[in-house]
Amino acid sequence: MASIYTAALMRHNAHPDYKYAMHDPSLTREGVNPTCGDELTLSLRIVDGIIEEAAFTGHGCAVSQASADMMADLIDGESVDEAKRLCSLFLRMVRGDTIDAADRARLDEAAELESIAFMPARVKCAELAWRTLEDALA
Amino acid sequence: MISRKTPHVEDLSANPFKEDFPLLSSNPQLAFLDSAATAQRPRSVIEAQAEFYRTTNANALRGLYGLSMRATAAIADARSAIARAIGADDPCEVIACRNASEALNMAATAFAGSILREGDEVCITVMEHHSNLIPWQQVCKASGARLVYLYPDEQGVITPDEMDAKIGPRTRIVAAAHVSNVLGIENPIAELARRVHERGGYLVVDGAQSVPHMRIDVAALDCDFFAFSAHKAFGPFGIGILWGRRALLEAMPPFLTGGEMISRVTQESASWAPIPEKFEAGTQDAAGLVATAVGLRYMEEIGMEAIRRRERALMRACTDALFALPFIEPVGDVDPERRHGVVAFNVAGIHPHDVASILDSCDVAIRAGHHCAQPLLAWMGVESCCRASLAFYNDERDIAALVDGLNTVWRTFHG
Repeated sequence: MASIYTAALMRHNAHPDYKYAMHDPSLTREGVNPTCGDELTLSLRIVDGIIEEAAFTGHGCAVSQASADMMADLIDGESVDEAKRLCSLFLRMVRGDTIDAADRARLDEAAELESIAFMPARVKCAELAWRTLEDALA
Repeated sequence: MISRKTPHVEDLSANPFKEDFPLLSSNPQLAFLDSAATAQRPRSVIEAQAEFYRTTNANALRGLYGLSMRATAAIADARSAIARAIGADDPCEVIACRNASEALNMAATAFAGSILREGDEVCITVMEHHSNLIPWQQVCKASGARLVYLYPDEQGVITPDEMDAKIGPRTRIVAAAHVSNVLGIENPIAELARRVHERGGYLVVDGAQSVPHMRIDVAALDCDFFAFSAHKAFGPFGIGILWGRRALLEAMPPFLTGGEMISRVTQESASWAPIPEKFEAGTQDAAGLVATAVGLRYMEEIGMEAIRRRERALMRACTDALFALPFIEPVGDVDPERRHGVVAFNVAGIHPHDVASILDSCDVAIRAGHHCAQPLLAWMGVESCCRASLAFYNDERDIAALVDGLNTVWRTFHG
């Protein structure tokens, strides 16, 4: 089994650049993973349809924390529509759907979580931030 | 066969039990340390279930032909064997259902629901599994009774002072785990029984985590209801047992209604069958009941004292090895001599789900999360934890694999 505990995942977990309480967000959403009780609060500052700032707080496993940090890094500066598209791509990928090379490249480091699809018990960990984003932008 | 196995049970380098468990013997690389979630089954249990379907299968109770009567007799024999295994004199006091959760729901809904009044109190411990907690929350909400919690001391013990402070004139019911599924500690059931009975109340015991580890004698425990699941006691999935005192079972209303549980039905109303059928609506899992009795008999054949001695040796070895690792943080300061089957811990700074995933890659199976005991973890200030749980079929190789795996976890995060 390919380890999901890659260097990038460990780096994002140990030093999450986007894990902080945002001052004056325009949108916040809480997510919870009921299987483990992990909680995450996602904050977004959206100006004219562009995500100008993304950050999160909360606690969870290395997979959920790194996934949240990768997501915030990815959507920071993107349009809301593009963030929705990336979110949908990621959620499909971790559920085992095949996505094309261009989309995979677009997911950047988050694409490293593809192999989580082989660990069904951990998919929810990887998804937590993305499900919260999906909910926030719905 | 069995007598050959028992003399050296404390020798953890030997494992005469694994060969009886097909899943364990065919997966020698697996360190299965999650028996508190569900045990592995001995061949005799698996065979007994299949044998029922091969030789005795018919719908019991109502059939007027030989095969159905044999199925009926098989249920009766299993019920008697289960009663004997838990120290109950009267097999009719043994009610079959799906699992311990359903048994506890039956006690909370049908029994407590019929006696609780506004202003009454129900007393439970904070270390209850959700299955012995939410049913009481629900019945308290419905009846206007108050839910009162017993809290353990630093060593996990519910003290006499705590019992005296919480069990009072309004206490109608005390419900407690016989053994905690997180701390592994045995609660003082007889003392709880004495106190609540002095107040004219009743004691409900969740035996899900005690039945696999110790001799159960409901008469000696002096409880009024005792619930457990077969699948944690080396029996099949899908069978739970609620033992209750005859007079209480007879006085309380049914839990589920339908076929087999009636005496007479008209267009307007129905009257109930005698116990135990009154609480066993619908076709029962006869094969499961037969296999449940075989699982309990398997334990008796090894000997409950032999099981206790081996598990005590395993627990001592496991806690000594675990807590010698500098990065292991024990959850609950429980003396290993008082732990039954489970040891909870965290790896410093590493989430339990990451620990369990990496251990899985080392063929070590443990549980990680909140263990269906969120109020206990919140009270202890722990978000989640790892739990290794033991049975007599574990050995020193399983403990060594756990320690090696935990070193791998630490290296994965810290190089």
